[in-house]
Amino acid sequence: MNIESSAIFNLPFITVVVLIGIGLYALMFKRNLIKIVIGITLIESGVNLFLISLGYRKGCYAPIYTNAPTTAMVFPIPQALTLTSIVIGFAVTALMLSFAVLIYKNYGTINAVKTRRLKG
Amino acid sequence: MIPMSKIVRTITNILYVFIIGFGFYVIIHGHLTPGGGFQGGAVVASAFALLAVAYGRKKIVNLLNKEHLSVAEVSGLLAFICLAFLGLGTVFFFNFLAVGRSIPIFSNTPAGINPGDLNTAGIMPLMNIAVGVEVLSALGVIILTMFLGFKEGKEK
Amino acid sequence: MNKWVAAVALIIVFIFMFLTAVYMHPFGEPENQDMDQYMIENAQNETGANNVVTSVVFDYRGYDTLGEATVLFTAVMGVLVVYKKTRKSGES
Repeated sequence: MNIESSAIFNLPFITVVVLIGIGLYALMFKRNLIKIVIGITLIESGVNLFLISLGYRKGCYAPIYTNAPTTAMVFPIPQALTLTSIVIGFAVTALMLSFAVLIYKNYGTINAVKTRRLKG
Repeated sequence: MIPMSKIVRTITNILYVFIIGFGFYVIIHGHLTPGGGFQGGAVVASAFALLAVAYGRKKIVNLLNKEHLSVAEVSGLLAFICLAFLGLGTVFFFNFLAVGRSIPIFSNTPAGINPGDLNTAGIMPLMNIAVGVEVLSALGVIILTMFLGFKEGKEK
Repeated sequence: MNKWVAAVALIIVFIFMFLTAVYMHPFGEPENQDMDQYMIENAQNETGANNVVTSVVFDYRGYDTLGEATVLFTAVMGVLVVYKKTRKSGES
C-alpha cells in the first residue's frame, strides 16, 4: 500500500464497504419486511458502485469516439456489466415488494417474526 | 389515489410529450452518444409514472391500456430474438450488416474521432429499438399493475 | 444470545471488507489492461459503432443482454400473477 502515490486512500472502495455494511445491518437486525427490502437495495447499489470504480484509469475520458478529446479511455467492460446489474436489481426489487403486499394481505401484519409460522 | 391539483395536471399535459420524445432520442442514438435501449426505456417509463401520479386511479385507465403495453413488450422481445437468429450462418449474435457490407442498411464504418454518423453500426440500432420498446412496456406494466392493484385503508 | 452472535459476525465481516478496501490496488491504476485495450482499439473496425460500451453490450457480449431481457420478462410475469383478480372474490 503506497501512502504517497494515492492521496485519497482508495476512497471509492471505502464508500462501497460503508454502503454494504449499512445494508447488511438493515438486513440482519430489522423486523419490518420493507426495511429488509431497503437493505437488499443498498447492497445492490454498493456492488454497482464497486464494479464501475474498478475500471478507472487516471486522466482518461469516457469510451465514446464521438467528439472525443483524446484516445485515452477508461475501461468499457465494467460499465456494460453494471448496466445488466442495475436492470436485474430493479426486477428483483419489484418482485420482492409485490410479495410483501401479498404477505400483508394474507397475514394482516408485516413483521418478519410473526409471519414465520406456516399456517394451514 | 386521489389526483393532484389543477396546476400539476396542466404542467403534466405539456411536459409528458417532451419526456417521451427525449426518451426515443436516447434510444435511437444509442451507438453514437451515451444511452441505448435500457436507458431510453427507463426515461419513457418515468413519463408513464408522471401521468399515473398526476391523474389518479380513475382517469389513468383512459390514457394507458395495459393490454396494449403487454403486446408491445412481447413483440419487442421476439424482435430481439429474431435479430439474433438472422446471423446464424456464422455465429449466434453475428453483426451481418456491418461486416459483410452487402445490404446497404446501417453499413458505414467510422474511423478515428468523428462527429458521428447515424448510418453506421450494423445491427445495433435495430436491437436498440427492440430492447427499448421491451423495457419501456415492461416498466410501464409493472408501474400500472402496482398502481391499480392495491386497496388502502385495510387494517386488522 | 442470538443478537450478540450476529453483531460479532457483522463486525468481523465489516473489518475484513475494510482491510480489503485499504489494501487493494490504488484507485486509478489497474493492473491487467490487455482485454479492454483490445476492445478500445478494435471496436470501431469490427462493429462500426462509435460507442464502445454499446458494442460491448450488444455485439461482444450479446448473450448476457439476452439473459437480462429474459430476467426482466420473468419479473413482469411474476408481478402480474400476484395482482390477479379472480372472478369469485372480485377484489385483489
